[in-house]
Amino acid sequence: MSINLKPETLARIDEAITHYPVKRSAALPLLHLVQEDLGHVSQESMEWIAAKLEVPAIAIYELVTFYPMFRQKPIGRRHIKVCRTLSCALSGSYRTCKEFEKHFNTYPGEVSPDGEVTIEFVECLASCGSGPVVMIDEELHEKVDQARACQLAVRISAEAAARK
Amino acid sequence: MPEQRRLIFQHIDEPGYGNDLACYVRNGGYEVLRRAVQRKPEELIDEVKKSGLRGRGGAGFPCGVKWGLVDRKSGKPIYLVVNADESEPGTFKDRHIIHKDPHQLIEGIMITCFANNVKQAYIYIRGEFPEGARILERAIAEARAANFTGPGILGTAYGCEIYVHRGAGAYICGEETGMIESIEGKRPYPRIKPPYFPAVLGLYQCPTIVNNVETLCHVKHIADMGGEAYSKIGTPNNTGTRILCVSGHVRKPGYYEFEVGKVTLGQLLNEVCGGPLPGRTLKAVIPGGSSAKVLRFGERFKGKRKVGAEMVDYDWGVEDIPMDFDSLGMVGSMGGSGGVIVMDDSVSMVDALANINAFYSHESCGQCTPCREGSRWMQRITGRMVHGVARAEDGALLKSVADQIAGRTICAFGEACAWPTQSFVLKFPEEFKSHEEAKKKADGRAFELA
Amino acid sequence: MIAPQKPDLVTVNIDGREIAVPKGTNVIEAAKLLGIDVPHYCYHPKLTVVGNCRMCLVEMGMPAVDPATKAPIQDPATGRQKINWMPRPAIGCGTTASPGLHIRTTSPLVRDCQQGVMEFLLVNHPLDCPICDQAGECRLQEQSTGYGRGYSRYIEEKNVKPKRTELGPRVTLDDESCILCSRCVRFCKEIAKDDVLGFTERGSSSTLTCFPGRRLENNYSLNTVDICPVGALTSTDFRFRMRVWFLRKTPGIDAESSVGANTVVWSREGVIYRITPRRNDAVNDTWMADSGRLLYKEVGEAGRLSGARVDGVPGAIDAAATAAAWLFRTGGVALVGSGRSPVEEQFLGARLAAQLSAEVFLPSRVGRGDGLLVSADRNPNVRGALVTGLVKSLPAPQVADLAAGIDAGRIKAIVSLGEDIVPALTPAQVAAVSIVYVGPRRNATSDAARIVFPGLTQFEKAGSFINQQFRLQKFEAAVPGPAGAADDRAILGAILAACGAPAPAPDLNGLWRAIAAAVPALQNALYSNIPDTGLLLDRTPWAGLPFVEGESLHFKP
Repeated sequence: MSINLKPETLARIDEAITHYPVKRSAALPLLHLVQEDLGHVSQESMEWIAAKLEVPAIAIYELVTFYPMFRQKPIGRRHIKVCRTLSCALSGSYRTCKEFEKHFNTYPGEVSPDGEVTIEFVECLASCGSGPVVMIDEELHEKVDQARACQLAVRISAEAAARK
Repeated sequence: MPEQRRLIFQHIDEPGYGNDLACYVRNGGYEVLRRAVQRKPEELIDEVKKSGLRGRGGAGFPCGVKWGLVDRKSGKPIYLVVNADESEPGTFKDRHIIHKDPHQLIEGIMITCFANNVKQAYIYIRGEFPEGARILERAIAEARAANFTGPGILGTAYGCEIYVHRGAGAYICGEETGMIESIEGKRPYPRIKPPYFPAVLGLYQCPTIVNNVETLCHVKHIADMGGEAYSKIGTPNNTGTRILCVSGHVRKPGYYEFEVGKVTLGQLLNEVCGGPLPGRTLKAVIPGGSSAKVLRFGERFKGKRKVGAEMVDYDWGVEDIPMDFDSLGMVGSMGGSGGVIVMDDSVSMVDALANINAFYSHESCGQCTPCREGSRWMQRITGRMVHGVARAEDGALLKSVADQIAGRTICAFGEACAWPTQSFVLKFPEEFKSHEEAKKKADGRAFELA
Repeated sequence: MIAPQKPDLVTVNIDGREIAVPKGTNVIEAAKLLGIDVPHYCYHPKLTVVGNCRMCLVEMGMPAVDPATKAPIQDPATGRQKINWMPRPAIGCGTTASPGLHIRTTSPLVRDCQQGVMEFLLVNHPLDCPICDQAGECRLQEQSTGYGRGYSRYIEEKNVKPKRTELGPRVTLDDESCILCSRCVRFCKEIAKDDVLGFTERGSSSTLTCFPGRRLENNYSLNTVDICPVGALTSTDFRFRMRVWFLRKTPGIDAESSVGANTVVWSREGVIYRITPRRNDAVNDTWMADSGRLLYKEVGEAGRLSGARVDGVPGAIDAAATAAAWLFRTGGVALVGSGRSPVEEQFLGARLAAQLSAEVFLPSRVGRGDGLLVSADRNPNVRGALVTGLVKSLPAPQVADLAAGIDAGRIKAIVSLGEDIVPALTPAQVAAVSIVYVGPRRNATSDAARIVFPGLTQFEKAGSFINQQFRLQKFEAAVPGPAGAADDRAILGAILAACGAPAPAPDLNGLWRAIAAAVPALQNALYSNIPDTGLLLDRTPWAGLPFVEGESLHFKP
């Protein structure tokens, strides 16, 4: 069983394992690295990580399904996470999320028909004072009301069009 | 207006203050560590004990006592786990420390490690802070290159490595034994206590200290000014400063640092945060992160409290409550993580509780029965009520379900998920009796649930 | 006999009654000693404590002492030391006995906790008891009757999870019934050392499963079914075949190897439905191998010998015995004993061999030990053959030696006690001897035999085995034998009598008096007095013999 990881990912994996006295501890770091490299964590990836860390495959599967940030299937090119939890909800995040859904014609958790985005309505992003907050890939956007959500969505679409 | 006292956030909003080592050192950074490593570790532990510092993560447990519980005779290595999971909704202070002043945290970590003879520390940072993780990793590398961490720091024989460990979206990892399990590469199921007290059987079954990011930053300032001097900041038994994070329905939400107990909830919301939004009145406030019990504007709290050596009567409205651990405890809530969530009269409390219950149901690890099944049940009841299907007995049922969870679970998540329901139903009975009425009153501005 | 070390005893008080228990005993076990039931799901005496079900919550208190002087504080109301009760309930499984520990298991708080946990366990449970295979042995059913509220307040939708997952060749999973107690997960990790099970998802959506493409197929998989407190894990072989309350339970011994795992044989109206382990902390704890559970299938009608035959002609047992004695009259007899025969039959075999001056053979069966509950010696009772004197040493003469004896013209008649020896002999060798066969099933040897006696399987007769530890363990007859078959003891008795030896007593205890008189190692034993957990014999007389077993659970060579 082998998966196609970039040499730099493999180097970072080997480095991460050295951080811990017990190999199994590197499970989360390895899952992050593999997902960053391949976009998602496939069954083969889980088995590869399990072999690498000398644990049974079920031990890795248990983690992948526990932590919402790991995904077993590919997602859209851009990942839009809208915060759902109380402070952001009080500031209107339900409408923010709907705005993204409407623009990209999709539902939370699914890949938009054009393959461009996956929207998720996630739990607290810990930026409650500037809600509603939205993370697009790894970038945090604050005070994203409906109008701002619309702007961000238009920008993502424009970037997608420019790429084509 | 009460004045902020910025200890932890002294520099972060200064124009041009960067998160790099050079900037930190320019502002006097790592001088405290340099002095600390010349002292005896026990002296530093003593300073922290004298300071009266209470943990800033949620429980408010005295930090010096926590360190005092560590098993130092086992011969096993002692670990420090830095709780940077910041997962309590309403809380966003650690985010700013990490992003804007990471070296302050690292200095606090190193002083703590030196004081407790820790050779390896892990910063458990929530997965939702990818940028924060990168910043910390870079800061650790800078500090290591400058001999502030790593082997043989600052000309001594003492060495310590710090590693960043990223979570992946699980509130339960903020619970200290759940966090330890997560670092061990397992599902973050909190451990039963006894026997697994971290101070004795923590990470890899070794003695382990788990401290919050803000707490560790305070350690730096305690080491700097001495425990005695630090204990004079704030109020007795509620020493130092603390960062209050305000979110929700006020004009100026954000983070504010005050001496503990030197600002009341009313001053904080009405003066510091500019009061309610135009045309609105404040209805409810959760003072210590979403698991803290809600307070209803208009309710009064009476009793006796200790001031100095005397017992004094108090009769407080919500606005009068000093923002310290003990006062918030006396009014039946808690200071928790310092996350203050404000709700005005536009909000249906059923909607708000439904939102909170959805969070806890999603975040329950599922290990023990009451929390696993109870949190999902409460979510389903309030979820149904939000959609207008409510029964007269639902309020009592909700409370009963919550009562069957609190105090009966493996970890404090049981209380965290029960307290909102218990307090919302108790304090806003009319909304849980006739939800239709409440829904008519609220204009649904906050929650648009299709 | 080495006296066990006396453990440190501490006195605890449960519901007002005091009991001294070894230090470290948990509250569930301590209460059990007082006959008090502390209900639980996740706790299992042979697995690690995880405390996840919360069913065993109890109130806990400690005697009050003055913090300064450490002097006991008296309670004026009772005149005894005051007890400080903790405001929060504690789990019985994770609370260990310490001096003065006080426990309440029936207080209003405890009752409320039990009712709460029961209700929570049922809200997402399908409540399909009438069509659930676990009914009758379901802890959820039992404890909801004993400790639940008796009515439901739950009106919401229930979780939907996979209903019929084949976890492996022998185990079926209903995830909706699963209460996530993790006993099965811990068993696989801690006992079977085959870490295939785990939980996916989280919270109320948590789901028990294997990694995709992996299976729960180790030889201990059915233990997960035994310890599953609810109807989540069921035996694919047994499920929906019979309601358990119709079944009769008979103590048995797993005959697949010299471990001698203790079992329960479940039967109804002469039909066996399943075999499960019976707890014996000195032998198999609460476990047994899957392979041993299938042995009952040999009971089935097909291939059973249904009557005595002499040269193909049916006849009575006594007549056949007389015919056998006639065959043996010229000497040259070999007796092929069996490591699968019970002690009683081996004893009679030894008597017969002595009477006929027969050479004795004992075919060995050696496989690979699994280090747990299947040992390398696949005969359950080689020790019995040694103790009864059927064979004197190991390795005993094998069938190859028998063949050599035939070729040398030394052996002219063979009496085989259930061993199928013919496949190992050449047709010429078979033709050169007269065979007498005693056994339950038809095989090449019975086909070639001149005289055939129809015996019983181990499930149809009572007897005893001596396991690898030299532990004498008894089993009882679970079902009657088929028409025409006779108890092997009676058959051997008839042959002995026909050969001119005194007939043994027909009943087990009578036979055992003879055994006790003749066999030094068993001089104090009587069948009815063998404890349920077995009787450990002195192994020193056989200490130097080359036994084939390696280390396994509760056994070091």
